[in-house]
Amino acid sequence: MVSGKSRRPIKARGSRKVRARGVWSIGDRVGLTIAWATGIFLCLVAFSVTIYLALKGVQYLNLDILISRPEAGTEQSETGGILDPMIGTLLLTILGTAIAAPIGVGIAIWLTEYGRPSLLARFVEAGIEMLVGAPSIALAIFGLLIFQNSFMAPFSFTAEGGAVFGRSFFAAGAIMSLIALPFVVGGTREALNSIPKHVREASYALGKDQASTIRRVLLPSARSGIATGTTLGMAQIIGETAVVVVLLGASLQLAPEGAIPVLDVLKGTGSTLTSYVYQNSPAGEGKAPEKAYAAAFVLLLIVIALNLFVNQISKRGRHTWG
Amino acid sequence: MGIESADEVHDRTESGIPPIKRIVVNGEMPPVRVSQGEANGAPTHIAESFVIDQGAMAPAWTEERMKVESLGVRFDRKEAVKDVSIEVNSGEVLALIGPSGCGKTTLLRSLNKLVDLTPTAVRSGRIMLDGQDTDLMDDTLLRKKVGMLFQQPNPFPMSIFDNVAYGLRERGTKRPGKKELEPIVVDALERAGIWAEVSDNLSHPALSLSGGQQQRLCIARSLAVRPEVLLLDEPCSALDPISTAIIEETIVELKSEIAIVIVTHNLQQAERVADQVGFMYLGDLVEYGSVEQVFNAPMAERTKDYVRGDFG
Repeated sequence: MVSGKSRRPIKARGSRKVRARGVWSIGDRVGLTIAWATGIFLCLVAFSVTIYLALKGVQYLNLDILISRPEAGTEQSETGGILDPMIGTLLLTILGTAIAAPIGVGIAIWLTEYGRPSLLARFVEAGIEMLVGAPSIALAIFGLLIFQNSFMAPFSFTAEGGAVFGRSFFAAGAIMSLIALPFVVGGTREALNSIPKHVREASYALGKDQASTIRRVLLPSARSGIATGTTLGMAQIIGETAVVVVLLGASLQLAPEGAIPVLDVLKGTGSTLTSYVYQNSPAGEGKAPEKAYAAAFVLLLIVIALNLFVNQISKRGRHTWG
Repeated sequence: MGIESADEVHDRTESGIPPIKRIVVNGEMPPVRVSQGEANGAPTHIAESFVIDQGAMAPAWTEERMKVESLGVRFDRKEAVKDVSIEVNSGEVLALIGPSGCGKTTLLRSLNKLVDLTPTAVRSGRIMLDGQDTDLMDDTLLRKKVGMLFQQPNPFPMSIFDNVAYGLRERGTKRPGKKELEPIVVDALERAGIWAEVSDNLSHPALSLSGGQQQRLCIARSLAVRPEVLLLDEPCSALDPISTAIIEETIVELKSEIAIVIVTHNLQQAERVADQVGFMYLGDLVEYGSVEQVFNAPMAERTKDYVRGDFG
């Protein structure tokens, strides 16, 4: 009895295996193998990048680098730390997000809830897709074109003689917002689209108009989608290099312009972690490769933290109806 | 039971205020008459009070709330509702039955003009609310008077309290505070039969409630704005049998205060809760009558087939 009992499931499992082997053709199995191989390869690449940077980063990163300003020097020991690039990354991210978030949410609401005239809506959609696909260097050059105009002088680093360089946190932040915008719009639209129609109708059925429905029901429901899109946009800004080099000057230290606090920094030039890594790695001038590794590691940590944050909010804030 | 004749009660309501009725479910309380005195300067009465027992719950008193006059609704080329005339009376439950796509939900959604939100919808005919053409009324005002409950429970992602208070908070004008709203919110939750379950956690998110509780919360949310008519669009189709039973009980309790129109696929449900039944087929109102008549002695052949379960 006992042996019979234990044998039956084994038999069943075995026979299922045989059938499965019969169903899969050679082509399918080759495809499956390739899929497995590429998947594992991808994991290997991701892990090796992370581990390599982590090893190097831990090796060179110390508190001193984090809190001292970068200096010009011919020896690696004289080049100071990465405080200014870190502040630059922070400022640029805040500025770019502050511009992109409200505009992006507004565009997403208009596209999903109104979408009229439909021709204009289609143009806006196409424009956002263009922004996703546009090379950031092209956007950066476009930004330079605008901010070099003399009427943009209040927002830009200017020389003694009045020449407008078109470079500042304002200029870089404005173009960075274009890079973050599609992510904000995408995240918000997805969240709004996932709210069932009957939830909107429930609000209308209580005698509410569209404006209060959007404000009191739809936006709170879409909160996590908006946060996700905004955070993804932030990650894009943090990882962007071309815009920093062209529009922020990628100067060694923050170079404030003018006398008003805060505003002077925003009007001046600076650098970010990305431009710092570029300039100090062997790819650029290569003065301080160790500090480039340290900065790259900090960059990686920030982006990983943002991604974890995105996972967390999209898991926690999801509402399901019915 | 000591129920007065309909005429007598009607005389007392000429001031325009519907009388209050008291219902005791499965109780043995004898019928009583109480004069409530003069509240808000107008007399209110308990018009009648009766014991619900063995399904004998057809009220003696009804008053016309809404009147649909040759309503037609079409979406592009498709005629969803054809020339339907029907009345919605307070004090009773009207059930709309019929196979899928027969236009019963479209008819229901016309009553609060929610159908107008569909861009392709074209409506003809007239719908009156208390003798007033709804097309001449402001949509938001109409929808405050004609509440609606949907197939899927759809509380808003906010606290239980805020859900019920949602309809009471006006935009722009001075927003009433929590203290002012509280009695209304509590009253609505009580009438929806969910107060006992949520009284301790009004600040909890509404979406953490169970499906049946969510649906009763949605009833409370509708009741809070004091509607005259409540539209129910298959309110139990997403719920389990126990939640369904509780909701049905609530519907029967509520019908004394407001007119109720329910669209349902469930014939037994229609039989349990309805006083009047309208059977729709392919956009036509094929039959309209009391629940006993439609289910036991249907006049049209189609109705007979449908209530017998031959199709649908």
